[in-house]
Amino acid sequence: MAYSDKVIDHYQNPRNVGSLDKNDKNVGTGVVGAPECGDVMKLQIQVDDDGKITDAKFKTYGCGSAIASSSLATEWLKGAMVDDALEIKNTQIVEELSLPPVKIHCSVLAEDAIRAAIQDYKAKSGTATKTEAGA
Amino acid sequence: MTVKTPVYMDYSATTPCDPRVVEKMLPYFSQEFGNAASRNHVFGWKAESAVDEAREQVAALINAHPKEIIWTSGSTEANNLAIKGAAEMYRSKGQHMISCVTEHKAVLDPLHHLESEGFEVTWMEVDRQGHIDLEALGKAITDKTTLISFMAGNNETGTLHAIKEIGRIAKDRGVLFHCDATQAAGRIPLDVMDQGIDLMSLSAHKFYGPKGVGCLYVRRKSPRVRLVPILDGGGHERGMRSGTLNVTGLVGMGEAARIAREDFDLETSKLAGLRDKLERDILAALPDSVVNGDPENRLPHLSNISFPYVEGESLIMGLSDIAVSSGSACTSASLEPSYVLRALGLGDELAHSSIRFSLGRFNTAEEIEFVTEQVTKEVTRLREMSPLWEMAQEGIDLSKVNWTTH
Ligand SMILES: Cc1ncc(COP(=O)(O)O)c(C=O)c1O
Repeated sequence: MAYSDKVIDHYQNPRNVGSLDKNDKNVGTGVVGAPECGDVMKLQIQVDDDGKITDAKFKTYGCGSAIASSSLATEWLKGAMVDDALEIKNTQIVEELSLPPVKIHCSVLAEDAIRAAIQDYKAKSGTATKTEAGA
Repeated sequence: MTVKTPVYMDYSATTPCDPRVVEKMLPYFSQEFGNAASRNHVFGWKAESAVDEAREQVAALINAHPKEIIWTSGSTEANNLAIKGAAEMYRSKGQHMISCVTEHKAVLDPLHHLESEGFEVTWMEVDRQGHIDLEALGKAITDKTTLISFMAGNNETGTLHAIKEIGRIAKDRGVLFHCDATQAAGRIPLDVMDQGIDLMSLSAHKFYGPKGVGCLYVRRKSPRVRLVPILDGGGHERGMRSGTLNVTGLVGMGEAARIAREDFDLETSKLAGLRDKLERDILAALPDSVVNGDPENRLPHLSNISFPYVEGESLIMGLSDIAVSSGSACTSASLEPSYVLRALGLGDELAHSSIRFSLGRFNTAEEIEFVTEQVTKEVTRLREMSPLWEMAQEGIDLSKVNWTTH
């Protein structure tokens, strides 16, 4: 399979590999996929009080396109507002990385990971606000 | 490092033609170009005698009689001819065959085709190392069974079936034994008499001959095996395979068989030595790695290793200076891991994480070191990027995680 230059670049120089403290209330974590399907993505965002994503990290088990999709996602997430981040579509990832049809599921997984991370952040910060208010 | 890249370590996919083979073939393109079936002039006679020599050389590799060699376009055709040809010829005796789930597609699919036509096929399962239960095989044979088909050495794991024992069972029970020896030729001793094989498929491009030529060995005596041809026409090859012979290619296959036989001991011990070193060094550097298949009874040139927590296709992408194969085919929405590794009971995750290294005549000790180094570096890099590796380090049991399947 021939990979696009952008996929190769992200694969060789992945942006924002790593982990954030998943217990931090400002951190949202999304883990999607399954090992038996050949790909698992973990995507994390750190959000400030204004709802701006100040940091994003990923770890991915999967093919080069899966790694590139999640790496690209972290680039787009950094500096974005949480609600704008929800607008990121897998088709934009497909376009940016020139993914062939057989690799579209990698971009779908990245979109799922973004949503899961945001959902986790919202759930946590929601709960956290309540606890704080109650304390 | 003095290694020239990319390093080819995928000799089970195909091999380069040996320079001696090419040399021998050259005159047959435009000087000795005759049709081996032309009986009336010297062009035809020369072509026929070249084909006869090749027939003797290939027969000698497997201890057969030259007349028992039926030329084909390769093993896919040989397997189809053996299976479909016997099915049709012995239809009145019965419509039952037995094979194994880890066979190559070129055996599985002809049998699936027969199933769709009403034949019954018993599919033997394998154990963790890739072996069938010989007792169960004996029990599966009925008076309706006409043929059993088991490969000599597996193309993904290298595991060797106990073909001599299978041959004895076949003989005792009066069924034909077809053996796909595509991966085994030149790598383990093959002897159709001693191993009790009635039909055997070979392909030149797996032992340093050209692509697109192969043969089916068809036993002539005790029993005399007959087949209904797939290709009808001029009646070449004792009527079993019509079509003008690829004289040039067959000359190449003959020479490749001669070299395989003459260099057998030296070559197989060198290969096993290099393979064992590769395996030892990789396992020492990456102790979590798992060798798949039977560590003892296997082809000498092949090692199939799973690298847990790292996905095979991404690993291959990182190993761009090395040509190897992966057990993961991430090319469809449902990522299909190797059916062979699955049949051995490997979880899909380990199957996705496997790499097949298959060595050959032109690999060197320096290349083994280079490959070990590259694999170690890349697996380590990808593990640092892997959420599974991170979870495993945290002590999380991955089999208990509630994954979101997609
Ligand atoms: C075990 C086995 N059988 C059959 C084949 C098909 O051989 P050919 O390429 O000659 O059709 C192969 C090659 O991949 C093989 O490994």
